[in-house]
Amino acid sequence: MDVTRLIIVAVGGQGNLLASRVLGEAARRSQVPVRMSEIHGMAQRGGVVESALVFGDAQSPIISDGEADILVGFEPAESLRALKKCNADTTVIINTAALQPFTAAIGKGVYPDLDDIQRLIASKCARLISLDAAALARKAGNVLSVNMVLLGALSATNLIPLNEQSLKDAIGAVTRQAFAETNLKAFELGRKAATA
Amino acid sequence: MHKLLQDNAGETLMLLGNEAIARGAVEAGLAFAATYPGTPSSEISANFFQMAKQSDLYFEYSTNEKVALEVTAAAANSGVRSMCIMKHVGMNVAADAMMTLAYVGVKAGLVILCADDPYMFSSQNEQDNRYYGKLSGLPILEPSSVDEVRQIMPYAFELSETLQEPVIVRTTTRINHSTGPVLLGEIIPPKTKGNFVKDPFHLVTVPAVSRNLHVRLLKRLDQAEVLSCESKYNFIHGKGPWGIVVNGVSYNYVADAVRDLGIEDQTRIFRVGFSHPMPGEKLKAFLQGCEKVLVVEEGEPYMEETIRALAQEAGLILPIGGKAPQLFSRLFEYDPAMVREKIAAWFDVALEPAVPLDLSDVPEIPQRPPNLCAGCSHRATFYAVNKATEGMATVKPNDIGCYTLGFMPPLSAGDFLICMGSSVGTGCGFSQVLDDKVISYIGDSTFFHSGIPGLINAVFNNHDMTLVILDNHTTAMTGHQPHPGVDMSNLGQEGYGRVSIESLVKGIGVPHVSVIRPYNVKKSVAALKEAIAFEGVSVVIAQQDCVLQARSLKKETGRPFRVDPQKCANHRNCINDLACPAFYMENDRVCIDASICTGCSVCAQVCPENAIVPVKEKK
Repeated sequence: MDVTRLIIVAVGGQGNLLASRVLGEAARRSQVPVRMSEIHGMAQRGGVVESALVFGDAQSPIISDGEADILVGFEPAESLRALKKCNADTTVIINTAALQPFTAAIGKGVYPDLDDIQRLIASKCARLISLDAAALARKAGNVLSVNMVLLGALSATNLIPLNEQSLKDAIGAVTRQAFAETNLKAFELGRKAATA
Repeated sequence: MHKLLQDNAGETLMLLGNEAIARGAVEAGLAFAATYPGTPSSEISANFFQMAKQSDLYFEYSTNEKVALEVTAAAANSGVRSMCIMKHVGMNVAADAMMTLAYVGVKAGLVILCADDPYMFSSQNEQDNRYYGKLSGLPILEPSSVDEVRQIMPYAFELSETLQEPVIVRTTTRINHSTGPVLLGEIIPPKTKGNFVKDPFHLVTVPAVSRNLHVRLLKRLDQAEVLSCESKYNFIHGKGPWGIVVNGVSYNYVADAVRDLGIEDQTRIFRVGFSHPMPGEKLKAFLQGCEKVLVVEEGEPYMEETIRALAQEAGLILPIGGKAPQLFSRLFEYDPAMVREKIAAWFDVALEPAVPLDLSDVPEIPQRPPNLCAGCSHRATFYAVNKATEGMATVKPNDIGCYTLGFMPPLSAGDFLICMGSSVGTGCGFSQVLDDKVISYIGDSTFFHSGIPGLINAVFNNHDMTLVILDNHTTAMTGHQPHPGVDMSNLGQEGYGRVSIESLVKGIGVPHVSVIRPYNVKKSVAALKEAIAFEGVSVVIAQQDCVLQARSLKKETGRPFRVDPQKCANHRNCINDLACPAFYMENDRVCIDASICTGCSVCAQVCPENAIVPVKEKK
């Protein structure tokens, strides 16, 4: 089976690890080989959380610079920072809702212009899909469903070897029951936004 | 029931490496486990802590790794399968017990799980603990994947019982924090009650006994080398003249690279999973069939040194590559592309390198360093110390925990740090040779772990220093594990005792002890000034719940604050001295993000204009 390499970057608290768990569970249910690794050390204290998911016949659980097929960025500046993982064939999906790092929030460092971020990514990679995942999550009924919106967008690209239904089933199995409905709605909104 | 306790052999679950380790141990009939929390190993123990409530497993958070190994050594010598979990630097603490436990050995299986951290994702160094196998004479097993680590645990317990020795299972972060499908095995019911057979001439290590025990340890090592050669965890695949010897997570990078480069037919791979003692005879036979060999191992040239020696013993002259300026580094962790590139270079295979993106036009992106949380009481304590020592020459040793993050400006609360408990011991030394006032910081859990002996030293030698104990009633850094100072009834847990830090410090004989509530800035500064002015040892205990834990326990936190634009004169003391992440700038004025603010009110007390006021509505 061909190898597909996916990097997810987020700021601590955005639900990156839960999104990865959904993908892993969907892969298990679909009998798609998958290996995942995560760096989450100090994430609760405002740091970056990075997950790597390798689908298909490879054994390495991490992804080297320049070798990601897909980058999903939960935060625009962090997506730009993670661009070294990408190459000219990479598809990039970004949430355009910015979370200023504290350094920029207090005026020590400049947060890059959102249009510049998108222009730079689009100019270097094969495809850029931008969506305001935070707004779509609110629309779905839960601001915390940003991760599900982005999973929806990822699903719409058809780049990972997991079908829509298996992802929905995994969302039902992995996320809290009380949020199942809003999570699935967020997933749908993400799918639509990415195909629009 | 806990997902890892379920009797569902044959099923496949997606597990984190640390969950797979816990599951493997349960399958092996683990009955007794102890640890001191440390990342990347923390989730193993977190799972045992939960499981212990639902099964016969005994689990404890011990005060440090040495104690954890001592309690498990006793259990294993009473015939109960036991496990001791630690991160790599924890093994330095446990080493005193471990070195002689290797002489004494065990009756039932004892596995020492040690998680190394190449690249130091959450550690102060990247020591390669395989050398502890050589140093102690204990066997080491090194799995390469999440699924294999589940399998290797029962084998480790069996090996421990065969050799009557503790067995070290060594992982690295990329095993502990990887997730993959894990095929579950049968669970052996644990034997929880032991039986201790007195045998002082083998179990009490006075010199006359130890002389015999050392002889026995070396015999067991010889036996272990035979087992290492036979072990299914030391396997060879492929047949070609190019040899690659590899261990741990790097095995995956090598397997992928050999396939990507299309050199499967030229290459034979020796995967070392039982790495102490190294499988000497098997490796010699392997080397005999190779024209050229490459050793791929993160960290130190542990295998490479052995392989070079084995080649010499076998009278073989062949190129052996490993650590070298143009090959592999002793620094940091490896990755698939790097391993592929080095393999291609060593065996002279054509490699089409990936074309990296030109990122020269990407603007500088502001860093996102981890920070003390909004409302963290340590920020208030550091601020109060800075106020209390204004104009004073000071040295401030810090210790291991969240509060280490206070070393960044503007708090600058940390001048020296080497290991757990070092702030107290090094504080003693600084105070002796410097005229500067020494103020050491240590967290509550770290204090119990290894701060107490340093403090006793300070009292006995009458060092002139102040120790600030940052007591947030938990081990926050690694995920809120308990320690002996925690009131477990607050966590809904019965059957625990509790040690009062204040009574303990007074009991040691510290002549000046005060307790502060760091959110009360004025009183804290006054108490600190008094403590710092005291000649001799003074201790200030700063008590306030960790805000993250308070929130997760649904404890009431205060209402958020806001900046009143009428009163604010833009002095920015709040940002310049406190730097709470709830602050942000808008139109060149400081604002507070109400969704982050926990209402600790420290900034309100710091503002000279009293411009920071509570928001009227409750969150």
